[in-house]
Amino acid sequence: MADIAARNPAVLAGNQRSGLHKLMQRKSTIAFLMALPLILLIAILVAYPAGYAVYLATLNKGMTRFVGFGNFEFLFGRDTFWLVVYQSCLFAITAVIFKAIIGFVVAHFVHNIPAKGQRKWRGMLLVPWVIPPAMSTLAWLWLFDPSYSALNWILAIFGIEGIPWTGEAGWARFSVILVNVWIGSPFFMIMYLAALKSVPEQLYEAASIDGATWWQRIWYVTLPMMRNIIAITALFSLIVTFANFDIVRVLTAGGPLNSTHIFGTWAFRVGIEGGDIPLGAAVSLFMVPILAVAATFILRDITKRGSEV
Amino acid sequence: MAQVTLRKVVKKYDEVLAVRGIDLDITDKEFIVLVGPSGCGKSTTLRMIAGLEEISGGDIAIGGDVVNDVPPKDRDIAMVFQNYALYPHMNVYENMSFGLKLKKTPKDEIDRRVKQAAQILDITELLDRKPKQLSGGQRQRVAMGRAIVRDPKVFLFDEPLSNLDAKLRVQMRTEIKKVHQKVRTTTVYVTHDQVEAMTLADRVVVMNGGLIEQVGSPNDLYHSPATKFVAGFIGSPAMNFIPCQLEQAAGALRVRLNDKLSFPVPADRTTRYTAHVGKANLLLGLRPEHITETRPHSEPNQHDFDMTIDVVEPMGMETLVYFTINGVEICGRVNPNAGAAAAKSMKLRADLSNMHLIDDSTGKVL
Repeated sequence: MADIAARNPAVLAGNQRSGLHKLMQRKSTIAFLMALPLILLIAILVAYPAGYAVYLATLNKGMTRFVGFGNFEFLFGRDTFWLVVYQSCLFAITAVIFKAIIGFVVAHFVHNIPAKGQRKWRGMLLVPWVIPPAMSTLAWLWLFDPSYSALNWILAIFGIEGIPWTGEAGWARFSVILVNVWIGSPFFMIMYLAALKSVPEQLYEAASIDGATWWQRIWYVTLPMMRNIIAITALFSLIVTFANFDIVRVLTAGGPLNSTHIFGTWAFRVGIEGGDIPLGAAVSLFMVPILAVAATFILRDITKRGSEV
Repeated sequence: MAQVTLRKVVKKYDEVLAVRGIDLDITDKEFIVLVGPSGCGKSTTLRMIAGLEEISGGDIAIGGDVVNDVPPKDRDIAMVFQNYALYPHMNVYENMSFGLKLKKTPKDEIDRRVKQAAQILDITELLDRKPKQLSGGQRQRVAMGRAIVRDPKVFLFDEPLSNLDAKLRVQMRTEIKKVHQKVRTTTVYVTHDQVEAMTLADRVVVMNGGLIEQVGSPNDLYHSPATKFVAGFIGSPAMNFIPCQLEQAAGALRVRLNDKLSFPVPADRTTRYTAHVGKANLLLGLRPEHITETRPHSEPNQHDFDMTIDVVEPMGMETLVYFTINGVEICGRVNPNAGAAAAKSMKLRADLSNMHLIDDSTGKVL
């Protein structure tokens, strides 16, 4: 019977049509179609530019000739490049650590404010994160201004000599990190606050009956319970901070003497301002392997523990 | 020696009084159960003993020392929580040893105690597991194990069985009793389940509205409740309360339920009840098991009467019958073979020797 049906063209066509019909009805197909707009968006806005950047990085300055790894070889030979690598890591790691610590401490304070007043405080503490960074950095720029610095004015009241906030390499790095911490801490605060609220109160009660001091409660209960959130927030912030552009650009534009340049700003300086677009693309591509290593370690730790707890 | 003493203990939340001044003496090694409806202050009382709630007034002493201002960690107590409160990131062994570790107990001593407790609770093979990999009953055992290894002065249980299914609850109830018989530590146990209270306790404390209604052994509470609340709370199905009047005729007393129905009061209660003759708001309290079918043999103070049955509920070993007197639904427990049927008249027997007379205006059992 089946043999006859297979040889009959009409039946065969019917089978094919129902095959297509079945394919359309498969859950995975529907899911793919529904995700298609987003996939297209990512392809156009992320995949294409990324691929294009890789392509650009292999061209010569005039973008007329393929030079392979030539741009990278050139970069490896330049001291400024290694300075930027060092500064990017210093900037991202220091800023993330301080953001995490400040966020954690502030989250504890906010968590202990009675529920009635908590919303108000939460809202106010989020302000630095909500203002567009380019704008708030401008405000900081005025605070740091060499001639009219409000901060130096306050220091002068106490008889302390003015600080060259953006004028000297060490202080400029400090200032850039300070502003980044100021803008980024509220994000950590809000994430940690949510995590704190999800730790059952009874675990703390059990711990205090078990004899734990407040510090032991944080060490043995709060931190382990928040570990995943801490890791994800740190990773997320590390990526964003590493790729930061606006704060450094507005505050110091990489100066003095390149001492605050990070990958984003230096790629802009070399590529757009310096007119060597392929070299700028090569600089920006360096962020990928460094972030990929960090992301792999952190995410592996999370999935490992995610299946345990 | 670890007796627990509460003196005029008060707990106030803003303007709300959760506990209104209670006195309680718990003797060493005693198993005390605090029972009552939700919001009666039983959990608050337990948490005050634990030190998790501040005391608004009065004194709490553990082992003779007033602990009002002593933090929980220095009270030498162990607590089992309703949702177990096991540390999810630690395995069973770590959960159980956490308290000892914080007290800087030597490692081999910790190991010995954890293994011993695990043996008592039969969880030795679970020591490496994380709480997530355990069933509800196993988590319950671990929570108890965590309490046992501490070898505290007092065990506190906060509704430990209410997250378990009915079958497991009965099993764990027996388990807790066994553990207490082995470990013999003063125990305060909070529950809203009167069956748990009756089965576990040396003495039961019935609480209502932030006050202690009555303290007594399970049998005391059952057979001689002090108040209407206790009479109605202890026992299932609950005691029947029937509006009645007390009449005196020729030196004997009668409870009159309505024009047609009245029962003579047992002679030994005449002196106790005489003062209440003619009072308003009296209730006759009679447990369902004291309303049965008629039997050929009759004890003194048992009286037969006819009733039309409204609803019949067969339970297997007995049948519950419901009927109405004075607009109040009354429950009786009859033999399944007594022929009870809905909407049919039935001859029932009331055992007045177990009657209670209650003044509804004060709530006191007379």
